[in-house]
Amino acid sequence: MSPRTLFEKLWDAHLVAPETADTPAILYVDLHLVHEVTSPQAFDALRARGLKLRRADRTLATLDHSTPTLPANADGERPYATPQARAQVSKLEANCREFGVELHGWDSADRGIVHVIGPELGATQPGMTIVCGDSHTSTHGAFGALAFGIGTTEVGHVMATQCLLQRKPKTLAVHVDGRLPQGVGAKDLILQVIGTIGVNGGTGHVIEYRGSAIEALSMEARMTVCNMSIEAGARAGLIAPDETTFAWLKGRPRAPQGEAWERAVAHWRTLKTDDGAHYDREVHIDAGDVRPTVTFGTHPGSAIALDVPVPAARDVVEQRALDYMQSRAGQPMAGTKVDMVFVGSCTNARLPDLREAADILRGRRVARQVRMLVVPGSEAVRRDAEAEGLHEVFLAAGAEWRLPGCSMCIAMNGDMAAPGKLVVSTSNRNFEGRQGQGARTVLASPATAAASAVAGHIADPREYLSMPVQEEQAA
Amino acid sequence: MKPVIRIHSRTAVLADENIDTDRIIPARFLTTTTREGLGKYCFNDWRYLPDGSDNPAFALNQAEAKDCAILVAGRNFGCGSSREHAPWALLDHGIRAVVSSGIADIFRNNALKNGLVAIVVGADEHRWLLDNPGVDLSIDVREQAITLPRGNVFRFELEPFARHCLLEGVDQLGFLLQQAEAITAFERQREAA
Repeated sequence: MSPRTLFEKLWDAHLVAPETADTPAILYVDLHLVHEVTSPQAFDALRARGLKLRRADRTLATLDHSTPTLPANADGERPYATPQARAQVSKLEANCREFGVELHGWDSADRGIVHVIGPELGATQPGMTIVCGDSHTSTHGAFGALAFGIGTTEVGHVMATQCLLQRKPKTLAVHVDGRLPQGVGAKDLILQVIGTIGVNGGTGHVIEYRGSAIEALSMEARMTVCNMSIEAGARAGLIAPDETTFAWLKGRPRAPQGEAWERAVAHWRTLKTDDGAHYDREVHIDAGDVRPTVTFGTHPGSAIALDVPVPAARDVVEQRALDYMQSRAGQPMAGTKVDMVFVGSCTNARLPDLREAADILRGRRVARQVRMLVVPGSEAVRRDAEAEGLHEVFLAAGAEWRLPGCSMCIAMNGDMAAPGKLVVSTSNRNFEGRQGQGARTVLASPATAAASAVAGHIADPREYLSMPVQEEQAA
Repeated sequence: MKPVIRIHSRTAVLADENIDTDRIIPARFLTTTTREGLGKYCFNDWRYLPDGSDNPAFALNQAEAKDCAILVAGRNFGCGSSREHAPWALLDHGIRAVVSSGIADIFRNNALKNGLVAIVVGADEHRWLLDNPGVDLSIDVREQAITLPRGNVFRFELEPFARHCLLEGVDQLGFLLQQAEAITAFERQREAA
């Protein structure tokens, strides 16, 4: 057999039928993740046609998008933003009961953002195909799974048939070699990648991230990278599984156990691109060149190092984006006044992300005019963070410590910024109005977000990592 | 679904590049559990002023843009979130085709599955359409052709199965359900391995 890329191996292994001139390939789905926002119409479609859910055992649901991050009151009532949000959650609860789907709802110790809990439970495994009615499903590619977002009609297709109709995408290799400098992380790297290939540079492609800098990343950092593949327009992002992957997965509830584990790992070791395999496109990035990076415009491709000047607009659309953001061409983003800071989302709400923010906040205070929300990605992250006292660091600094959920990343649960306010956010999208009508979003790493919270303006985290905490600040 | 064979309409133009699905329908309207009635939220934060009145500067609010069924949009239309509420909102607003030089993958898939014809044309053709708003176009799905008022024709690609479904007015689930035996065989073979 001729050399194949990792993507091609995953694709070939899931073909129920290959594509023809007239029809797309029929691709089998190993794991279908479900949440409250993009599923109700799909369950309705099943009912309308009298169809059953084909594989409830390959379906896993959680509540994350519409859920409040403030606790229930003494009467157990949860502070939903609207009656519709409450009804949407109730609908998923009822649908899961009716169709026999495992739901990690309010009573589950594992509830959380769908792309955080899939890996935590060990449901996400190398070699799988994973889909969800959510574009950030690309996150799971960090484990060497082919994972991508789908629309609600396709959610219905998977429920009814466990399959999707797909044309084979192209492949794009992003090689990242060298070492990320101190104080620079996966978020800075992926923002640089998107800035380099462009916000539609990955359209029609599956990206495979590879190279020494990728191999050196933790699983959480790999998830951050793969998560934002969609922000470059790519269908999916992939990283070949390795010892880091296996060590992370071992012993998780849904991971294979005992002899099955050994067999699985032996198979997973074959899931890498063969020498001599061909990619449709290749891009090279030197990790050593990456600096703390933020966005200055209204899409994730408008990313630059925070200390270099914002480029001049090349057309009216770019000028409109600068005007909306109140970003000034010729000035760096560093120094821009900050109103809110959000640490959370499927991009950056795992334990190492929270540690990264806490390391800067420890013994310091969030600036007086800044409001900071820290929203863990899951109940498990919340437990682990509290066990090591991170919540106390956040609370002592004056930040709010919330319950898990998507929160201000999508701002549909009531957590949002007021018009005109500037949010430094560890999430994935800086679209106009994404975090509230008229709100301005600057994407950043957890370290940059925390440093900016302390400074009251966009700040370089490297200055805080080296600077001793001052006693008067800590007091 | 009703068959989609031809669309005749004047064009409305939104020239911005990278119009994301949050702009097409902001997330706060996604707490709905149905797919109907989303047209009133289509481009909500662009289309209305903060007091709820129509934004006179928004292209689709212009008198000549009313009843336009063909939207010509800047490159990379529909990027971002996978929300199918975006094509549902556009269709409910009366848009039946979107033409651009680049359309995001998930949006394009979602659109075609709902009978919203998502068409990618070449850069020069796209430029001409952006520069000539309000022009009368005729889109022929069978011929994969856009005919301009003076008879010029722009050809476009359409995924053959999506085209078949549009022309016949059938959805793709019916085809997938017919593959039940092959799917079962695939599952058995994998479980045996």
